[in-house]
Amino acid sequence: MLRLHYNLEKLSMGMVVGIIVAASIGGAVEIAPLFTIDETVVAPDDLRPHTPLELAGREIFIREGCYACHSQMVRSLADEIDRYGPYSLAGESAWDHPMLWGSKRTGPDLARIGGKYSDAWHVAHLLDPRSVVPASIMPAYPWLTRSLDTRVLPGALATLAVLGVPYSEAMIDRAETDALAQSRPDSDAAEDVLARYGDAVALRSFDGDPSRLTELDALVAYLQSIGTLTAAAQEELEEAGK
Amino acid sequence: MTGTLSISERQVGLALAVALTLLGLVMAAAARQGPMAVHGAIAAALGLALVFRLGGALYDPEVPAGRRQRFYDAPTRFGIALTVIWAIIGMGVGVWVAALLYWPEATPPWPWTSFGRLRPVHTTGVIFGFGGNALIATSFHVLQRTARARLADSISPWAVLIGFNLFCIWAVTGYLMGSTQSKEYAEAEWYADLWLVVVWVTYFVLYMRTLARRAEPHIYVANWYYLAFILVVAMLHIVNNLALPVSLAGARSFPIWAGVQDAMVQWWYGHNAVAFFLTAGFLGMLYYFLPVRSGRPIWSYRLSIVSFWGIVFFYIWVGSHHLHYTALPYWVQTLGMTFSVMLLIPSWASAGNAIATLNGAWHKVRDDATLRFMFVAAVFYGLSTFEGSFLAIRPVNSLSHYTDWTVGHVHSGTLGWVAMIIFGAIYTLAPQLSGRETMAWPRAVEWHFWLAVTGALIYVVALWNAGITQGLMWRSYDDNGALSYSFLQSVMAMAPYYLMRTIGGALFLSGAILCALNTRATMRRATGAVRAWDRPLVPGPAE
Ligand code: HEC
Ligand code: HEM
Ligand code: HEM
Repeated sequence: MLRLHYNLEKLSMGMVVGIIVAASIGGAVEIAPLFTIDETVVAPDDLRPHTPLELAGREIFIREGCYACHSQMVRSLADEIDRYGPYSLAGESAWDHPMLWGSKRTGPDLARIGGKYSDAWHVAHLLDPRSVVPASIMPAYPWLTRSLDTRVLPGALATLAVLGVPYSEAMIDRAETDALAQSRPDSDAAEDVLARYGDAVALRSFDGDPSRLTELDALVAYLQSIGTLTAAAQEELEEAGK
Repeated sequence: MTGTLSISERQVGLALAVALTLLGLVMAAAARQGPMAVHGAIAAALGLALVFRLGGALYDPEVPAGRRQRFYDAPTRFGIALTVIWAIIGMGVGVWVAALLYWPEATPPWPWTSFGRLRPVHTTGVIFGFGGNALIATSFHVLQRTARARLADSISPWAVLIGFNLFCIWAVTGYLMGSTQSKEYAEAEWYADLWLVVVWVTYFVLYMRTLARRAEPHIYVANWYYLAFILVVAMLHIVNNLALPVSLAGARSFPIWAGVQDAMVQWWYGHNAVAFFLTAGFLGMLYYFLPVRSGRPIWSYRLSIVSFWGIVFFYIWVGSHHLHYTALPYWVQTLGMTFSVMLLIPSWASAGNAIATLNGAWHKVRDDATLRFMFVAAVFYGLSTFEGSFLAIRPVNSLSHYTDWTVGHVHSGTLGWVAMIIFGAIYTLAPQLSGRETMAWPRAVEWHFWLAVTGALIYVVALWNAGITQGLMWRSYDDNGALSYSFLQSVMAMAPYYLMRTIGGALFLSGAILCALNTRATMRRATGAVRAWDRPLVPGPAE
């Protein structure tokens, strides 16, 4: 062995090939199967994609680095289920490019935040967390009151569609109007949002001001949608409980 | 820079600078607004500055003959200057974000000063800016000395350093503007990633060409590690960053990976960024500078072979220990855990090999703060790898994951191991490259050593306490079977530890500032003398 290595050390290309081979095996064994087994490739039947407004909110979540303090992955441990809700399933994030599982909980997990608080609570909390939770160390985000830029949405949906998220032609074409309509339940276009994304989608002015579409609208719509895109996790937990 | 280039090299450099300017202008013109336009403008400004610098020196006298008989150290000097500058930026932001966690009201009302945007500025600034420049700068030095050959050409080392730093600047300014892929340690957007690939290929080609010219039949151990660093980082970077841009004229892109596959690819990347960026490259540094400074050969050649291949082979499997109890299939978690525990063997073999090398030189460790930096680095390397293998065990991870224990582990590795070995290397290199016997202020090295050790210990101990407290509070139940603590109570319990961490970090930062000033003073008082033995056996390519 030592002799062999003694000779290998004289060949720079030999070292290069050796390193590449040795460093490829582990990744290949662990990653390649994830693209084939049902457990990790099948999305739940009832999974719906994010609406354009929610997607815009998700982009703001990424932009502001909320994921640095908040995970979105409830582990299958009793205390996490008691604290947050059903543990997360692979299928729930099947269409998430990128996933936002996170690695640090400076703040609580958000995988089950949808529906936990009112919109008004979120708005107040985002603008000034200490106004609602005095001991909070979360930063304030006063600039979220600015208008939402919806121009990137059609392109974003189209890109995701190429990557396999089931956005139809109509969804892509109407992305900007759908974003606006979701925050204006009285408008004619609001019905179309439900037709395209399902009746479970929340239609309302999330920041409480229907006259303007703001970044807050988008972010709160996203927060309220987290964990509600499929009932699979809830069902699996009930199944396991029986 | 220009003084060490021949006239024809200055011409090539000028052409490259013009190309960079044009690239920047095209980016800015295509994007028109947003982060990509700003980044185009930055590239164009940098290109233009280089055009003036090189163009202005185009007709300066030709380089003195005999340059081929010398090692080419100017890029190393430049790289070390960049290392200490990034140290101050990266750690300065680290201390600031640490303070924000204790005192969140201090956040100014501008978006770019928000915690979530500054945190990746810290991680990128220290890992890539501070760590990356140190690796590139020292690799040029070590490669030439161990191959006993001058670098294969004089332009590509500059292209690598300047290109790499443009990547770092694009990355951190992007986060400030809210442009991010959100993947930890790979947040930079698609065009920056592509740019890094170009830089990295240039680096690899330079490395291989110089190795090919070596006067020693054997490739010295340190180079194996630097090679592994270059190769595997390229592989990880490309696979993890595969993404589809929304438009070629904008920064935004979506990764091609989703959900559980994305998580696995991300942590395959993430942990091997630790392995091949923060460990392999720095082991290369250790294997060269420790023997040089202590005047003793590496203790066991055989052990260095075993640990090298052990590290290259085992590390790739361990990424899944970041995903215990998540939706990642159980068997993948189990593989990650198993290999993490096995990884302790090559890790401790490296640490042990380093410490055993010091046998017979302990009096030097006592008297020489520079050597002490390297010794402490090896000890922290041993400690943090032990801790890492322990944290990877599934039940332990159930407590530690998501808590500040991870952050404590991270900084015992980065402050204790990575930063200490860099400081040791800088204090060895700076005098040598300046033709001096010692640093300009030898006493300041001693001061720096104690600031660094105290700062790192305060930081790490505070966060061990913080993490374990958090983990226990989250999982404890009262007699009625209800959770004992609200999440907020666990947040409030962190305040003293976050304050301590900030203080420890400030001490560590002060040491780094001292190092930067000392290095500057040393390089300014360069004598230009070269030790007689410090010459290549293989001169540079014919001109
Ligand atoms: C510095 C870390 C930090 C960052 C960054 C951060 N948060 Fe928080 N967040 C916290 C902490 C700590 C709490 C718990 C105290 C509280 O409720 O304010 C919290 C609580 C929350 C809650 C309430 C969760 C619950 O179950 O009670 C929501 C929702 C939330 N954050 C959303 C966000 C969003 C959206 C962002 C990005 C715009 C964000 N956070 C950024 C630290 C952070
Ligand atoms: C002056 C000293 C430093 C201070 C005060 C400091 C502070 C911090 C803080 C506050 C965080 C965020 C933790 C959180 O989100 O809870 C962090 C994260 C991090 N820092 Fe540092 N840091 C310092 C030096 C370094 C150095 C030198 C390196 C690397 C070479 C480094 C690498 C990292 C990494 C990789 C993370 C991310 C950890 C994770 O996601 O788990 N830090 N640091
Ligand atoms: C045998 C060697 C090592 C093993 C097995 C190991 C293992 C681990 C484990 C289990 C985690 C926690 C993952 C989680 O719960 O999220 C972790 C996190 C981390 N470790 Fe190590 N570690 C090792 C060495 C090191 C060294 C030497 C460094 C630094 C130089 C380092 C840097 C990190 C970083 C940056 C993270 C945080 C990743 C994140 O969440 O952002 N590790 N490591």
